[in-house]
Amino acid sequence: MLPVFPEVTLFVQCMVDAMAPEAAMGMVRLFDRLGIATSFPEDQTCCGQPAFNAGYRTASRKSAMHFIQVFENAECIVCPSGSCVAMVRHHYLELFADDPHWLARAKKVGGNIFELTEFLVDVLHISDVGAAYQGTVTYHDSCHLLRSLGVGRQPRELLSHVRGLTLVEMAQSDRCCGFGGTFSIKYPDISTALVADKVERILETGADTVVGCDMGCLLNIEGYLTRMGHPVTVKHIAELLAP
Amino acid sequence: MDDPFTTEKYTAKSRQAISDKRLQGALADVQARLGPATQTMYSAQPEGAGIRQQAHEIRQRCIENLDILLEALADKVTGNGGQVFFANDAEEAVSCCLAVAKKHGVKTVVKGKSMVTEEVGLNQALEAEGVDVAETDLGEYIIQLAGEKPSHIIAPAIHKTREQVGQLFAEKLGIDYTADPAALTQAARAVLREKFLAADMGITGCNLACAQTGHITTVSNEGNIRMTSTLPRVHVAFMGMERVVATLKDHDILFRLLSSGAAAQKLGGYVSYVGGPGPEDYPDGPVAFHLIIIDNGRSRMLADPAFREMLCCIRCSACLNVCPVYGKIGGHAYGSPYSGPVGAVVTPLLAGLNRAQDLCFGETLCGACKQACPVDIDLPRMLRELRFRLAEGDETWSATPVSKPEKFAMDTFAWFTSHPAAYRAALFSASRMQALVYAKEGPIRQLPGPLAGWTRSRTLRKISSRPFRSQWKSRKQPS
Ligand code: SF4
Repeated sequence: MLPVFPEVTLFVQCMVDAMAPEAAMGMVRLFDRLGIATSFPEDQTCCGQPAFNAGYRTASRKSAMHFIQVFENAECIVCPSGSCVAMVRHHYLELFADDPHWLARAKKVGGNIFELTEFLVDVLHISDVGAAYQGTVTYHDSCHLLRSLGVGRQPRELLSHVRGLTLVEMAQSDRCCGFGGTFSIKYPDISTALVADKVERILETGADTVVGCDMGCLLNIEGYLTRMGHPVTVKHIAELLAP
Repeated sequence: MDDPFTTEKYTAKSRQAISDKRLQGALADVQARLGPATQTMYSAQPEGAGIRQQAHEIRQRCIENLDILLEALADKVTGNGGQVFFANDAEEAVSCCLAVAKKHGVKTVVKGKSMVTEEVGLNQALEAEGVDVAETDLGEYIIQLAGEKPSHIIAPAIHKTREQVGQLFAEKLGIDYTADPAALTQAARAVLREKFLAADMGITGCNLACAQTGHITTVSNEGNIRMTSTLPRVHVAFMGMERVVATLKDHDILFRLLSSGAAAQKLGGYVSYVGGPGPEDYPDGPVAFHLIIIDNGRSRMLADPAFREMLCCIRCSACLNVCPVYGKIGGHAYGSPYSGPVGAVVTPLLAGLNRAQDLCFGETLCGACKQACPVDIDLPRMLRELRFRLAEGDETWSATPVSKPEKFAMDTFAWFTSHPAAYRAALFSASRMQALVYAKEGPIRQLPGPLAGWTRSRTLRKISSRPFRSQWKSRKQPS
């Protein structure tokens, strides 16, 4: 079956690039192991999601146009963030609805971008990447990943094949963690109440590690866990699949 | 009256709700009970889970032909001896009702639960005219006695515990204190029976209306709405102008979905179709039937293609039952009878975008509401659309840009994202600067300025001293 694609072009979400490089490095190692060539266009920046969700479409369009220019010749783009993929795949269409020229270009890019676990399981048909992890893990479903991309089964499938790993589902794994971009800063009381609930659900499982596919949610969960002094490790799935 | 929509109020009421343990329990309980159950109900429909999209199309079609459908409905109702009034705004709707009350010498009114009468402020207006108004839905009756506002569309008193209700009844109805729900219900029933029998006028809302047959549909689980619409001499029904569907077939699908979405029921307990007053030779039914069809800002939504979809809403409250934010802050923080995701979209559209801006910014865009909505309304899309109008200003909605500093920050960030060399330089200098400011090992515990909200309860990882892009450069190529 392999390789379907001669090369995978990496889109490393701005937040991962800056604050969680080990997640992106995990993704690189993963592709190395699978014998899939990767490239990283160094002019990439941000897909424009933060501005878009906050309502600043003119600003968002600027970032999005740059993204399109950087990636439009890539045959296959893979990104370790569900919300960014949802942005490019779905929301670019909203962003450029009144601009046929850019809409066409956005559509093309949107058709070529995949979230990491979706790419592994649905496109490459790989659910065992040969990883091992000693620990009890619980998985948090990020909202855009699950609801906009329909990805929930894929990461679980990958996790279930990791040797030594026990997957324990938390209650309401699909409940929002309260991140919501600028929401978490503008409405800290509500955001905190939500992440507190999420952490309670995580602790109930007795897991030593919580895994997800979106760094925004993970930083939020990690921030609260750390502040409260709970010794639960937070990992992006790529770190766990290719440590 | 002071504005219910200020940021201070939103924040204060949210905080108050979050710190109220009993309320948190009640909200979690109603969400756990109804949230998942509605999903099961949708898929159990003979049409399968795709029924939501089908219903969406039906509603969309109705909205696009609203003028024709409303005319047909009005003709049928008039033909049946009823009277129809189109009210442009809340004031017109209220004065129409007051005029009817006056004409029929109405002293006492019983009401079935109706959000749209809350929207137009009917109770206060009637009371100001010296009319005695009694809410007859148990939940509504409780909050009316308490002088409060509904906190959930179909379960208006979920913020009250039975002990609180017990105390309230002891105080207001003069009964002995009890917290037994059955005894409390009996006490309310005894009072309400008398009200029903004495009332001159019954006022209800309207869950759906059908143009083909010319009827409005009301549904309740307590039978109170049916009594409201049949016992008094005069029945006045209030209806949001979007509530009409074309045919009985459309009505059937939507009505099933309404029952599923609202209470995870196959069908509400008491369903009434009302098309006019009782015929002359009939022992039951009112002698006069008035239907007040209310615009109050809805045409404006209709005129804006981005928000037209909101008129598909059947006010079932399914979205409240899955919304994480509603589950924490409850209904009162929304400052309007419409709370939760539906309120977050519809209230700014009705009350003014800038005025009610916190409602649409104070949501996480998680998308659970869209999935729960029986008519598949894309609420997150409209929340983003509202934010867009508010961020950049919008003439049609008289919206002015909400925050200059935020706009500046977003524009600056956007500039960097489209200038990759500058972006890289900024990233690396941010990483170095941060190392100076936060010299201590470990995550950041206190962020400055507007970012401080984050660190009130959370730490934040630092920007890496070696962002991915520099690690990528120095990585060993696989052989
Ligand atoms: S938006 Fe949908 S789920 Fe919410 S009240 Fe309206 S119809 Fe019901």
